[in-house]
Amino acid sequence: MPEAGSEPLIRLIGVTKRFGSGDAAFQALKGVDLDIMAGDFMAVMGPSGSGKSTTMNILGCLDVPTTGSFLFRGHHIESLGRDQRALLRRRYLGFVFQGFNLLARTSALENVELPLLYRGDDKRARRAAALAALDQVGLVDWASHTPSELSGGQQQRVAIARAIVTHPDVLLADEPTGNLDSERSLEIMELLTRLNRDRGITVLMVTHEAEMAAFARTVVHFRDGLVERVTTGALAA
Amino acid sequence: MTEADAPPPPGRASTTRLVGTTVLLALRAIRRHLLRSILTVLGIVIGVFAVVTIVTLGKGATESTRQQISSLGANILTVLPGQAAGRGGGGETPPPFKFEDLDAIRDQVAGVTAVAPQAQSSATAVHNAANWSTTVNGTTDSYLDAQDWKIEDGRRFTDAEEQAGKSVCLMGSTVKQNLYPGEAPVGSTLRLGNVSCTVIGTLATRGAGGFGQDNDDTVLMPIKAVQRRFTGNRDIRAIIVSADPAYDSADVQESIAKLLRERRNISGGKLDDFTIFDSRQIADTLSGITNILTGIVGAVAAISLLVGGIGIMNIMLVSVTERTREIGIRLAIGAVAREVMLQFLVEAVVLSCLGGLIGLVLALFASLGLAAALNVPFVFDPWTNLTAFLFSGLIGVVFGYFPARRAAALNPIDALRYE
Repeated sequence: MPEAGSEPLIRLIGVTKRFGSGDAAFQALKGVDLDIMAGDFMAVMGPSGSGKSTTMNILGCLDVPTTGSFLFRGHHIESLGRDQRALLRRRYLGFVFQGFNLLARTSALENVELPLLYRGDDKRARRAAALAALDQVGLVDWASHTPSELSGGQQQRVAIARAIVTHPDVLLADEPTGNLDSERSLEIMELLTRLNRDRGITVLMVTHEAEMAAFARTVVHFRDGLVERVTTGALAA
Repeated sequence: MTEADAPPPPGRASTTRLVGTTVLLALRAIRRHLLRSILTVLGIVIGVFAVVTIVTLGKGATESTRQQISSLGANILTVLPGQAAGRGGGGETPPPFKFEDLDAIRDQVAGVTAVAPQAQSSATAVHNAANWSTTVNGTTDSYLDAQDWKIEDGRRFTDAEEQAGKSVCLMGSTVKQNLYPGEAPVGSTLRLGNVSCTVIGTLATRGAGGFGQDNDDTVLMPIKAVQRRFTGNRDIRAIIVSADPAYDSADVQESIAKLLRERRNISGGKLDDFTIFDSRQIADTLSGITNILTGIVGAVAAISLLVGGIGIMNIMLVSVTERTREIGIRLAIGAVAREVMLQFLVEAVVLSCLGGLIGLVLALFASLGLAAALNVPFVFDPWTNLTAFLFSGLIGVVFGYFPARRAAALNPIDALRYE
C-alpha cells in the first residue's frame, strides 16, 4: 500500500502528442498531467479520440511523448530509445489486451514462459515461474492446452499470467473485458483486484464500462486530449 | 517491493543465451508450421541433393576412369606408326615397326619392364553353332606381362609356339561367355574366320576400359600366326611397352623416341613418323574432362540452390506479415528489435540448414544407389558435403536478412493492432 504523500510511481507532466505533420497533423494529447501512485488501481475512461489510448501507449513505453516529461520512479524516460524502452517493458511492465493476443498453436505454459525467454531464464526457472503464474490465475491444470482449446475467459487469464510472470510493477490492461460476457468479465476484474491487493501490482486499465471502472480505486476521465477529471477512491468505491 | 528504487535497466540487452533462446524459438515456430516449413525448404533440399549427388557421382566416374586405365597396367606406353591426329605426315605412309625395333627398345632403353608387338585383325569366332565377332590380337607372351593379364585357366604361350607361329590362342572372358556358356574351352578347337586354332588358356576378366570398350572381347594368338594367317604381312602395327614405375614415364618415352628416330633415320628438324601414347597422360586427360563436366553440371544444379534461397525469402516475408501480431506481442513483452531480427534470421538459417541436411541424406542414398546402377565407385567426399551444407546455411542468412529486418522494424503499437 502506498504511503500518503510519497513520490508517485509514474508522473506525466505536460505531455503532448502530435501525429503527422503540416495540415494532416493531429494533436492527440494537449498537455496531460497525471500522477499514479504505486499500488493504485486506476481505470482510464473517455470517448474514443479523447487521448486515453495514446496516453496508455506512452505509459506502456510503446510510444514517446512529443513534448513533456514522463517520470518512472523519479527517472526521466521520455527520451529513451526503442531498445531501452523495450527493456523497461521487459523488466517493469506487463500487458493485457482486449483481444488476448496469445500465440496460436502454442500451449498456455509456453505462452506464459515467453517473457522469461527474453529475460534469459533457464528452462527450469522458466517452467517453475510460469506454472506459479498459471496457478495464480487458477489455470495450472490447463498448462498444456493451446488457446483454441480454451474459452475466452481462460485465454484472458492465461494472458494475465503471462503479464505477471515477470513480477512487473505495473500491469497495463487495455479493455481486458471488452471481448467477454459479464460473468467472465467479473471473474477477470476479481482477478485483477486480487493481484492489485495481494501483490501490490499497480493496475492501469482502459475501459468503457462503468461497471468495470467501479473496481478501480481511481478513475481518470479523458476528453479532447486532456485529463478531464480524476475521481479518487472513496467515490469509486 | 525489494527493488523499488532500482533505476531503469542499463542500455544494452544481455546477449547471454540470446542465440540459444532464438534457436529454441525458431524450432518452435518451425514445428508450429511443419508443412509450410517443409515446402519452404524444398528448394534447398532439391538444390543440395542435386549438387551433392552430381558431384559425388562425377568424382566416382573420375575415380573409375583412373582405376580402369591403371588396370591396363601400371604405366603403359603405346607406340604407333604415324603422326598423332592433326599433323599430316606428308602423304607417305610411315613404315610399320620391325621385330628388331622391339629388341632394341628392350635392350637399350632403361626403365622398360616388358615390350610386346601387336598386330590386329577382326574375325568371327565360331564354336559349335555359336559365333561371335571379336578382335584377334597377334602378340607375344610379354604382352601378358606388359598389360598385366592374368591367366584364369590353362597356360601361356611357349617360346616354341611363338617362334613357329603356331595356331594356338588365349581367350578373353567375353568371348568365352558367348561361345562356351557353361563349358571349359581349354583344349577345344576354335575357328577364327578360316583359321582353326587350339585354345590353350582363358584370361581373367578385366572389365570395361577407360573409353568404354570391352577389354575382354579379344582372342590372343602368337603374332607370327596372325601375320601369316590374317594380315598377310610382317608388319607390327603397335608396340606395347610397360615402364618400371620407379622411372619417370616421360623419360622412358623420350628415350624410346630418340631410339626410334635413330632406327627410322629421322634426322634433325624432321618430325617423328610415330606417336607414343602414355596411359597416365590419357588417364589425366580423361579425369580432367570428367572434372570439367562435373563442374558444369554441378554449377547448373547450384542455381536451384539459389532458387531455393529465393523461396525461403518469399515464405519468410509472408511469414513476417502473417505473424505481425505475434511480433507486436513479442515487442510489447519486451523483446528488443535485435532479438526479433535474430529470431527470424535464425528461423531462416535453421530452415535452410535443415533443408541442406535433408538434401545431404537424400543425396547419400541416391549416390549409393546410382553408383551401383551406373557401375561407378561411390566416393564419399566430406568436403563436397560440408561445402553444400555451409552454403545452404549461408543462403539462409542472405535471404533471411531482409525479411528479418522488416520484422524488427515493426512498430509494436501498429503490429498489435494488425488484423
